[in-house]
Amino acid sequence: MALLELDRVDLIYQTETDETEAVRNLNLAVDEGEFIALVGPSGCGKTTVLSMIAGLISPTRGSVTVGGKPVTAGSGDVGYMLQRDNLFEWRTIESNVFLGLSVQKKLTKENREYALAMLDKYGLGEFRTHYPTQLSGGMRQRAALIRTLAFKPKLLLLDEPFSAVDFQTRMTVCDDVYSIIKNEKKTALLVTHDISEAVSMADRIVVLTGRPATVKKIFDVDIDAPTPLKKREHPSFSQWFDRIWKEVSL
Amino acid sequence: MTEKARSKLPCRMAKVKSPRQVYLAKRRNDKITTVLLQIGLLFVFIGVWELAATVGWIDPFITSCPSRIVKILGTIDVKDLFIHIGYTLGECAIGFVAASALGILIAVLLWRFKKLRRVMEPYIVVLNALPKIALGPIIIIWVGAGMQAIVVMTVLICLIVTVISVLNGLMAVDEGKILLLKSMGASRTQILTKLIFPANVPALVNMLKINVGLAWVGTIMGEYLVSTAGLGYLIIYGSQVFKMDLVMASTVILCLLATAMYLAVAAVERIVKRKYHGE
Repeated sequence: MALLELDRVDLIYQTETDETEAVRNLNLAVDEGEFIALVGPSGCGKTTVLSMIAGLISPTRGSVTVGGKPVTAGSGDVGYMLQRDNLFEWRTIESNVFLGLSVQKKLTKENREYALAMLDKYGLGEFRTHYPTQLSGGMRQRAALIRTLAFKPKLLLLDEPFSAVDFQTRMTVCDDVYSIIKNEKKTALLVTHDISEAVSMADRIVVLTGRPATVKKIFDVDIDAPTPLKKREHPSFSQWFDRIWKEVSL
Repeated sequence: MTEKARSKLPCRMAKVKSPRQVYLAKRRNDKITTVLLQIGLLFVFIGVWELAATVGWIDPFITSCPSRIVKILGTIDVKDLFIHIGYTLGECAIGFVAASALGILIAVLLWRFKKLRRVMEPYIVVLNALPKIALGPIIIIWVGAGMQAIVVMTVLICLIVTVISVLNGLMAVDEGKILLLKSMGASRTQILTKLIFPANVPALVNMLKINVGLAWVGTIMGEYLVSTAGLGYLIIYGSQVFKMDLVMASTVILCLLATAMYLAVAAVERIVKRKYHGE
């Protein structure tokens, strides 16, 4: 059984003046350990889809299940990484990383050690007691990812997580995040408007239509390279880029 | 140039200051001259005032003068003076603490309950626009003439501004951070304690700073309306019996007290800012 399943999902936004159909009949299944990228024309409702999967909004019709259970925010099954790192300036890195655990009242010795071990493993160990303003953009992004992984979510949602970092850091952060996710054997769903980012990171790319969003086409990307940077250098990268780009812009 | 002068040159060269030293020296001089000018201005003011009164340019019966202020401070019974100061300081402090605490509580309730916020909005606007001093007579009739009326006046003057500014701060917290906490399953209370409050500590301290000033306004206003003791009472009493020396002396003491209280809050602000890194 798939880890994440969206079954005939519709979402209609109600406002005072209007009714907007954001998502129509969206079906998607993600298996454990997969890295999926969600791309589509801007404003097609990619973030809306993520919000539904995170349990922040419920679909108008259809169902969203993680591990067979309907999602709810706070189940701890889904970790959401937003566009900006959103580290709390008044908390140390360590205390930021514990945030999810403390919200979910899972701040046990074991979980603490798990989170701290991850900080050590991914080069932030010596910055435990530092404040976010003392860290570089790339390090902050890594800290934000570890904060999300600390409460061991089954599924990781990434909403354009690199859009707020400058281009140069972006490449390395992209590599970092990818290797951490693969290393921890996490299932991830990435939303991005950057097609090259999607091609370089994902095992599968789901192209959405314009609003109302529904699945247009799914590609299994088979670039044989270990990291996003290496994939970008691979000869078949540009072909993949063209194929996806045509599908998105058609 | 003589041989002797030439031989001195390297020694003189060594004394040339580095750009850094020049810059630091300039900065220090700037600071020193500023402080000296500040103190100087005060002395010039006092001096000119005293001189004008002595020479007869102004009538010290109406304007008073520094020597007369010092003299009257000497004649007032110290114990009496401290009782007056105690009254004013007490009223101000009680009003300040009560208004700040109550204001924060109301702001949190308005933040927490959207419906309540919507319903209360026009009332807050009207209460904010209303000159609170107009409520003076009502306050006196309702709570009685005395210290309690002055405290109520102080609270009224501070409260609405506190509620509005604190509520603005609570509402201004980054949506992204709220979304993050919600995605972790945080309750409204957790969002409040883990995010909204800590994010607002600097804003809250700032609010306290504004309230110190407002609390003094409320207290003195209140004492003008009803009082039998306090600095505001001394000022009103002094003006009624045309003892300008007493009025001026009380004003000077008031000035010192208000400054001391402001500095105390500013010190708290510095400590808090250091603890709460960043903005």
